[in-house]
Formats: sequence, structure tokens, C-alpha cells
Amino acid sequence: MIRPLIAGTAALALVASPAMAQQKTVKIGFISTFSGPAAAIGNDMRNSFELGLDHLGRKIGGLPVEVVYEDDEIKPEVGVQKTQKLIESDKVDFIVGYIWSNVILASLKPLVDSKTMTVVTNAGASQLAGELCSPYVFSTSWQNDQTPAAVGLYMNQKGVKTAFLMGPNYAAGKDMLAGVQTTFKGQIVGQELTRWPDQLDFSAELSKARAAKPDAIFVFYPGGAGVQFVTQYAQSGLKGQIPLYTAFTIDDLSLPRLKDLAVGVPGAQEWVNDLPNDANKKFVADFKAKYKTTPSFYGAQTYDAVALIDSAVTAVKGDLSNKEGMRKEMEKADFKSVRGNFRFGNNHIPIQNFYLQDADKTADGGYALHTVSLIVKDDQDKFHDKCPMK
Amino acid sequence: MLYFIEQLLNGVQLGMLLFLLAAGLTLIFGIMDLVNLAHGSLYMLGAYFAATFAAATGSFVLGAVLALAATFVSGVALEVIAIRPLYGRSHLDHVLGTFGLLLFFNELVRLVWGPAGMTLSLPSEMLTAVQIIPGVYYPAYRLVIIAATLAVAALLYILVMRTRLGMLIRAGASNREMAGALGVNIKLLYTLVFGLGAALAGFAGLMQAPILTVQIGMGENILILAFVVIIIGGIGSIRGAFVAAIIVGLIDTIGRAFLPDLLRAVLNTNAALTLAPALSSMSIYMLMAGILVFRPEGLFPAANR
Repeated sequence: MIRPLIAGTAALALVASPAMAQQKTVKIGFISTFSGPAAAIGNDMRNSFELGLDHLGRKIGGLPVEVVYEDDEIKPEVGVQKTQKLIESDKVDFIVGYIWSNVILASLKPLVDSKTMTVVTNAGASQLAGELCSPYVFSTSWQNDQTPAAVGLYMNQKGVKTAFLMGPNYAAGKDMLAGVQTTFKGQIVGQELTRWPDQLDFSAELSKARAAKPDAIFVFYPGGAGVQFVTQYAQSGLKGQIPLYTAFTIDDLSLPRLKDLAVGVPGAQEWVNDLPNDANKKFVADFKAKYKTTPSFYGAQTYDAVALIDSAVTAVKGDLSNKEGMRKEMEKADFKSVRGNFRFGNNHIPIQNFYLQDADKTADGGYALHTVSLIVKDDQDKFHDKCPMK
Repeated sequence: MLYFIEQLLNGVQLGMLLFLLAAGLTLIFGIMDLVNLAHGSLYMLGAYFAATFAAATGSFVLGAVLALAATFVSGVALEVIAIRPLYGRSHLDHVLGTFGLLLFFNELVRLVWGPAGMTLSLPSEMLTAVQIIPGVYYPAYRLVIIAATLAVAALLYILVMRTRLGMLIRAGASNREMAGALGVNIKLLYTLVFGLGAALAGFAGLMQAPILTVQIGMGENILILAFVVIIIGGIGSIRGAFVAAIIVGLIDTIGRAFLPDLLRAVLNTNAALTLAPALSSMSIYMLMAGILVFRPEGLFPAANR
């Protein structure tokens, strides 16, 4: 009598356990750009995310992981559609990614309405840090204004008195030009927003900059547009005449294409590949070993997202329905970030350092970015007051 | 005033690029009655070939020459393999067929050269601005583009108006059946014209490559402008394409250069900054709409069409 009972229980357990294991999978939706020229950014983010999962033995909080990658095509309307698909039909537990500020702004409503735990790994729209902040949305990047504000501080240090500003005409471009003006003490002698993303020839705007005779030009041109801008700046013969200061224009993805043209052009960033902490050394070395190329800041921010999510799922012991518990844990930012540790502000945007970076030729004939100095310590975005979360 | 001259040059330079693309497009459309959405792909191929050959040979000029030959051969091969079955069918079939080719070429380039794009670096002596008249500095490489395109335009004019091949091309354009009946090998002529159009697109791509860098889909936005140019200039007319290309180039550049300042006089800075790029990109389409209403044949309608 007892034996069949035991056998029955065992059989039941056998039947039940795969079903339970299936339920206990952390499902992550990942939105980035995987087509067109900006696919280089999306691939870097995906590679870093996969490396992050490798480092955790492909488990988050001890549970197996399933990642669904979706392409936003740099279009807000596609981004929101893919976001809804991930929430409604894939029923993901987390959504990670978003390169572009206009894409996250379009996708924010379905994310917030469904209370999906979200980690934005690049886009830093000012609205996201201010009035549209949400308990379930975290950022492992920055608010758009912070990086150009750091560049503005550096321009003050260099004694720049007049500046000409340029960027693309979308949410982030406007934030960036506003950001540099929050700290730059000199005079703005001109500013231009150019068509985005289709305008790639900046001849008219460069002529304007030359005619305005500024001490310096500040630009924000992310992705491939950065390569185009810096190339045309050099071709116009301005390189020796008017110094260029940049935010998100020269990175580890554009450097191999810009080569010498990027050397000596300063930029600010919260992460540089040579930051001397153990987590970063491991990330950069393993990334190079696995993908034969250098990770960019896009990748670093995305790699951090893996550890952040892992800390949350571990804290609630795999109970993915406990969103309050996960939120509270994530607010502690209790993980080893590759930028050195940081804390979250009330609006879930990191309070962190910004560094001056420069490009240099390496001994093996390649090019690499390196940290020059710390520009600002523990910087917090200026929109956090507008966020209703305390 | 000096600043205005510099902006005029910018407009002319953009116009020159548009002319190279539009000339091939209008030749193919005017003579073969084929709507070719894959024209931008040939522009992209020209740029990729140039970057590859220049890296392999170490010389920009040699790379450009090889790339030109390679795009001509690609164009001829494309015509023989994929375009021939489309002749005599409706324009909708042309659009569908060549749109398929556009997607095919984007994917092909991704497989062969990878997704990251390439760079075609200029020789360092080109990284400078030349003083053309006192007080006006202009990037040396953009001057090279203007000069090279003018030379190509002159060669094209001589080819079409002064040679036997040109005579056949014009005959084929005005009456295909009659030219065929008189013993002209129309099949071969079409292949040559398509190859010529491809080489022009490839030339545009390789000249533009050092400015815009080389990447997948680079021909798509510019192709739309090229279509606008041939509609304004008159379909099938190379002269029309030349004039319309310069008009479109100037309107686009002048709009970008002066509209923000004009708007700033009436609006606040932020509104003007946001509105100006949108308005300046609309201006050429407004011109096209006006042309379609008042002169639907274009500025220089090709004869007998």
C-alpha cells in the first residue's frame, strides 16, 4: 500500500516539477536598435547583456532567464508597439534597454500603466527624471543634461568665453543643448538643431559656426552621426581653428572609424573603459575576449542592468510578483557597478561621477579612449525636484 | 555677403551630388521607362567598393576608379539577372521588384561588410579649407566634388549629344520600336544605359563617402531627393536634372542656413530652433507640389514624352 503511494507521489513530483520550473523563469524583454546604422549600438548593448548573464551563470536570482530582443528601428511608434507586445503577449517580468529619448517617452505609458519593472540603459529624457518619473522605472545611465553640463564645466576651466552649440532636433538634442547652458558661463553665440535622423551633411551649419567666430563648438551627435560630424568638422579645416567639445559623439564604437580625427577632442562620460575598479576590469577583459572588440558606454550601462535586476530577484527570493520588494531593493543600488558604485536619486536616476575622456593612439597601432580627470563628483540631475517620488 | 557666398557653394555642392544620382535615374526612367528604387543601392555599393578598394590599394584615386568600374559591372549584371524580366510590365511591378532589390542589397552588404559601416579616409592634404576669394574659406574636398561633377556633366553631355552611342540612346528614348526596327540592338542598349546609370550612382556614392561615411541604407533618403529632382526637372531630361538638382540643393541649404534666424525674429528661440529644420525640409516638397500643379511635365520636359 505504501509503495504505490510513494511511487505515485514521486510520479506526481516528476510531472509537477517541470511545470513549476517553467513558471519560475525570469522573462526579460530587451528593446534596442538592431537594424540600420545604429544597429552597432544595439549589438553592443545585446553583447554586454549576454556577457552579464554569462557572468551570472545564465541565472538571475538563481532562476533561469529568457530574453526576448526587439528592434525599435529608432522610431518612437515602433518602440511603443514593441513595448506593448512584450508586455501583453510575451508577459515579460522586466523590460531593459532604450537608446533613444523619444522612443522611451513614447513607450513610457504602457510601461507605467502595466507596472512593468523597467531598466532604461541609455535614454535620459528630462521628463523621465522629472514629472514622468515612476516607481517601476529605473535608469542605469544618466539624465541627458548631466553629461553636457559636465562638458560645460570643463569649457569654463579651459577659459572658453563664447560657444556655438549643435545637436539633432529630437528630445535628447534639446536636452543636451539646454544641459551645457546650465553650467557654461560664457556666451552662446549661436545654436542649431539639425534634422534627425536623416540629415547627415552639416555643411550649412559648419559654415554658420565658422561665421559666428566662437572660441569653441559644442556638439551632441550620437551613433553614426558623430562619425559624420567629426569627419566634416575636420574636412572644413576648423580643427586647427575652433576647438570642439563633445557629449556622446566620440565613443568606443565611433573611434575605430574616426581614428586620428578623434584624437584631442574632449568629451565627458560617466564610464570609461579604463576605470580602475575590479568589476570594470573583468567586464572589459571578458568582453574583449568574447567579442574581439572594446565595449562602449552603452554596453557598460546595459551590463550594469543585469546585476541590478539580479539583486532585486535575489532579494525577493524569486517571487517575481513582489514588485514592491524588488523596487525597494533596486533603490539601494546594491551591486558592483562597472563605473564604481553609485546611488539612486529619488527619481531612480543615478547620482554619479562624470569624467573627462580623450582618445589616444595605443601601442599596438589602434585607438582607445582613456580617463583624463574627474570633472564632477556625485552629480545629481536638476529635474529630481520635479519628481513626485520622495 | 561672404557668408552668403559660402552657403551658396554649400547649396551647389549638394546640388551636384543630387545631379549625379538624378542623371542616372532620369536616364533609366526616360529611356527604359523603368522606375528604379534600387538606384540608391548602387550609390551604396559605389561607396562600399570605394572604401574597400581604397583600403586595399592605399590610394583614394585608384580606389575610386576601381569602384567606378565595379559599380558599372554590378549594374550590368543586375540588369541582365533581375531587371530584364520587368520590362514591359506596369510601374507597380517595377516598384515592387526594385524595392525587393533594395532590401536584398541592404542584407547583402550586411553579410559581406558587416553592420558597423566603413570609413573612407581622405588624404590628409584634403583636410583643409581653401581660400577661394579673400575672406571665403571652403573645404577643399567639397570643391573637388563640385569640379568632378561638372566634368562628369560635361562628359555626359558630349556622350549623349555628340556620339553615335548617344544618338542611339536618344533614338531609343523617343521611339523604342522604330529604333529596334532600324536594327539597333535595344537589348544591349538597355544594358549599357543601366550600367551607365549605375556607374553615375556609384560615382555619387564614392564621392560622398568621405563626407557621410559608408553605411547600410545610406542611399535611401538621398534617393527620395533624387526623385524630387527628376520630377521638378522633367522626367527623362538630363539638362532638367542638372538645373533642378542645383535648385533643390540651393533651396535646402539656404533654408537651413537662414530660416532659423528669420524665424527667431518672430518666434522665441526654442520654437524657432525646433521649427526651422522641419520647415526647411518641407520647402523642396512644396516646390515639387507647385511644379506638379502648374507644370506637371517639369521644367524641361523631354521631347516626345
